[in-house]
This record gives sequence, structure tokens and C-alpha cells, in this order.
Amino acid sequence: MILLGPSGCGKSTLLRMVAGLEDPTSGDVFIGDRRVNDVEPKLRDIAMVFQSYALYPHMTVAENIEFPLKVRGVAKAERAAAALKAADVLGLTDYMKRKPGQLSGGQRQRVALARAIVRDPAVFLMDEPLSNLDAKLRGDTRAELVDLHRRLDSTFIYVTHDQVEAMTMGSRVAVLNAGQLEQVGTPQDVYDHPASTFVAQFIGTPPMNLLQPGQLGSSDVRVGVRPEHLLIAAAGELEGTVRQVEHLGHEVLLLTESPAGRLTARVAPHADLPIVGETVRFDVAPHHLHRFDAVTGVRVP
Amino acid sequence: MKRRLRDAPAAVLMLGASLTLLGVWTIYPLIRAIQTGHLSCDQTGRKCTEKGWGQYLDVFQSKQFQDALMVSVKLAVMTVPIGLLLGIGLAVLADKHLRGIGFFRTVFSSTVATSVAVASLVWFVLLQPEIGVLSDLFSDWIPALKNPGLLRDPDTALPAVALSSIWASLGFTFIVITAGLQSVPKELYESAYVDGAGSFRRFTNVTLPMLSPSILFISVVLTTRALQTYGEVALLTGGGPEPEKSTTTIPYLIYGRNSIISGNIGLKSAAAVLLFLISLVFALVQFRGFEKRVHYGN
Repeated sequence: MILLGPSGCGKSTLLRMVAGLEDPTSGDVFIGDRRVNDVEPKLRDIAMVFQSYALYPHMTVAENIEFPLKVRGVAKAERAAAALKAADVLGLTDYMKRKPGQLSGGQRQRVALARAIVRDPAVFLMDEPLSNLDAKLRGDTRAELVDLHRRLDSTFIYVTHDQVEAMTMGSRVAVLNAGQLEQVGTPQDVYDHPASTFVAQFIGTPPMNLLQPGQLGSSDVRVGVRPEHLLIAAAGELEGTVRQVEHLGHEVLLLTESPAGRLTARVAPHADLPIVGETVRFDVAPHHLHRFDAVTGVRVP
Repeated sequence: MKRRLRDAPAAVLMLGASLTLLGVWTIYPLIRAIQTGHLSCDQTGRKCTEKGWGQYLDVFQSKQFQDALMVSVKLAVMTVPIGLLLGIGLAVLADKHLRGIGFFRTVFSSTVATSVAVASLVWFVLLQPEIGVLSDLFSDWIPALKNPGLLRDPDTALPAVALSSIWASLGFTFIVITAGLQSVPKELYESAYVDGAGSFRRFTNVTLPMLSPSILFISVVLTTRALQTYGEVALLTGGGPEPEKSTTTIPYLIYGRNSIISGNIGLKSAAAVLLFLISLVFALVQFRGFEKRVHYGN
């Protein structure tokens, strides 16, 4: 489960309530069938990976990984074996004697993960664990986390503001905005059937085009259309003046101005592309139109 | 190499001010003290005879110096651990996010703004057997408070001096430890909490290791201060009570009005240089001893 939303939407707070680091002012938190509002974090069968990794700088990698077991009074030999196993899963066995200060960002991140999996918890809680890594490492680690999730076969709750992480990693995505749950669903479902204008514009790059009310339908709905569904057609219903042409190699983005508002179209890179200043007409298949209430922004059938 | 030489004039210019201060007030007096330590002078300080390096050994082996060394070490043993424990305890208490905690932080750190002279005077009055508040309040439990008075009893005079000294240093310890506590990332505590560590384990496994650089620093500073205790002794006991001289520390032996060597600048210099060496040894021992257990983080 991915908790996705802009900064300050409450996704981290939600995660911390599941962890037991914050008390909900109202409502219940269930893990499995068990209500855990009054259960201490250590009895909730969870493990948490922090954005800053929260490794203990004075302990070696091995000691860091063993720490949750040591706290639980697990015998030393058993502890070491479990830590080695967790370290092996994440390729850390060569670094067991090092201190976190002697590791790279990616390695520290793995230590934090190893410290979580050594517990074998029912739920993993991850608070933006990739945001401190550079782009290349983030991509690699993303794939590893997906793989880890499949292998461990347990629940991950993963907080991010990065829609690419949400789309690529999530079995389900919960989109949050200003403390409100906007939509829950599979990434594809959320992309194909956004429940509100917020979701429609938050997910997808570039975001969905939202036309002014009154276009392509009755006056009390706003119509949205994804950039890839705007097809250049001489007899199209929508007309726009090209302001900018962005060549991305595998595709081209046409940024246009129209009476209905700004329209961005994603088209294939071919020879006879319109140039800046030219007027183009777009057509949209009816089943690719999204309709939202003009006032509330909620999806209407 | 060339680059270094080219930068040399600028470097000397920039270091000049500090080097001058250090030279005039630290290095030159130290060299002079080492030289003077060879001399033995009469009361006027004008007629001096050269005694050579042997005088250092003579001073070190003298009963007066050995007794004063014992007093200084005892004072350090009394003040450093208690001062550290109290400072850490108060800092941990005041680190909680409670209403009005700022008031207590101010109170706990206030002694840093109190000079040794003022602190000693406060304790002198508190401990005064006839009019002191402490002797009025607690003399039923500790009769020595009234008769003869803690500062006048050879057995209790040094602990009483230590008390005043601990109190005077507490503000400094409190501030340094509080700063250390505030630099510990919150996630470390949260992570330990989620992993199941109780408050005691969080203290021993997170707080103490993260504070270790501050603790070592405080420990070295407090030890050096204890070995250099002069003001408290001069104001509270005058090195007495006599004839045991049970509060004559090395600095009091050097500077004190009632000191047996008060007229002999050669002996005083030798004792001062020895005190410097002893302080150095104490500091080195602490650095070496705790090096392995001090973690300076990432």
C-alpha cells in the first residue's frame, strides 16, 4: 500500500499513527483483526524504516541490525544468525563490522531495511525511504524493494510524494490531499479512473488536461482528458494554438492555448509536427473523457 | 610546496594576533615559570640561587606537596562524578517538552553566570554555624553543621568545599549536556521506541553514546578545574582548618596567604609547573581511557 500525496497532506502522520508514534484524535487503527490504538509500538508487530534511516552511529552494521532482537532478549547466537541472514538478503555481509559513518547512502539505506526485516514483522512501515538517494540509486533500490516485497510476502505501507514510486511499486495506492483520502485503488485504476480533479492532476506526467466548464458537455461538469488521448485530427472538436513543442525523444509534447484552457498533447515524434504559432485541432474518443463535478471536483459517471 | 611558501606571509599575518596573545599570556609565562622553578629565593624575592632541575623532584617529594596533591585529587574525585551525574540528570529532566520548562532551564544554568567568589560567599553564609540557613535547618541530622561547622571540622571541610564547587560548575555542565541532547536526532529515539526499547534502554543505548563526546569534554574540564581549585579554598577555609590543612590544594599551596611557601617564588613556580604536568596526565588518561567509547557520530 502506497500513501501518496503532496507535502503536508498527512501521509507521514498517518504512517506514524500506524506505528504508534502518534495518537489518533479519533478513529481506530487495525492491524489484521486487532485494534491497536492502545497497544505499544513494540507489541504491534511492525518495523519502521525512517527517511533519515535512523541508524545508531555508535554501533556497527551488525549491532544495528541486531538491535531490535537484542531489545527483545533474543539469545546472542540466534541474534547473530538472524542478522547475517537479513544482511545476506540485502548484500551487506561484507560490511557487518563497519559503522554507519563508513557506508554510502545506499548501503545505509540497506542497513535500515535489514534492521526492519530481521524482525520478520507483519507490517513494514516506510517513510520516504528513497528520498535521500540520488536518482540512479533510487531507481535501482526501487526495483529491489519491489523484489523484496514479493519475496517477503508481507504488508508494506510506503509513504511517498513521488508518483513514479507510487505507480511502479504499489499494489494499491491511497492518494491523500490536505488530510483527506481522495482515492484508493491499484495504480492503473487510479490512473484510468481518477476519483477527483486532484487525483487526475496529481498522477500522470504531464498531468491531465482539465477543460473549462461548458466544453464538450453540459455546464456543470468539467471534462478532463489525458495528454496521450488528444489526437491530432483535422475535424477535431478542440482547437488550440501551439505555444511550445517539447521533444523528449520517444515522444513529443505539444503545449497549446485554447478557449477551453491550456491543452497538452502527447504525440509520436513524426515528420509533419505542427510548429509554434500554428493552430491544431484535436479529437478525443468519448471513452477517454473524464467528467468531474464543476464545483466539488468529484468524478461523475 | 611553492604554494605554501607563497601563502606564508599572509598566514603569519592572519595568525599574528592569536600568536601574540598566546605568546604573551601563555607560552612566555610558561617558559619563565619553568626557569624560575630552578631557583630558590629568600623572602624579598631578590636573592635567588640556582638549584637546577633537582628542585622539581624535591618539591614533588615534599610532604607539603604530596599532602596538597592528595587534597586536590580527593576534591576531583568528589566533584567530577557527582557534578557529571547531577548535570546529566538535570539536563535529561529539562529536555522534556513540558510547560514552563524554560524557567527551570534558566534556573539550572544560572550558576554559569556566578563567579567563584560569589558562589563561595553564598555557601560561606549558608554553612555559617551561627547564622547559616543550612545549619539551622539540618543540624538535628548533621550536628557538625552547628558545632563546629562543616568548614571548621577537618573531616568535613573538604566535602563542604566540594559542595560549593559542584554547585558552581553545575550550570556549565547542564548547558553543555543540554546542547548535546538537543543534537541527538529524534528519529533515533523513535526508531528505538518502535523496535521495543524502553526508556531505560533508550537512555543507555541512544542517549549516553550520543552524549559521549560531551561527557568526555565535561569530565576533562571539571577534572582540570578541580585540580586548579583556589578561589573556593581561599574564601571558605583559607586552606584550613589548621593544623591538618585539610583543604590546602596545590593552587592554594602556590598562591595561598597562609601557605608555607608563600614567600618563595622559586618553589611556587616549581609547584605550578608540576601542577600543569599533573593536569596534563589526568587529561591524557581520560582521553586515552574513553577514546574507544566515545562516538563522534558521522
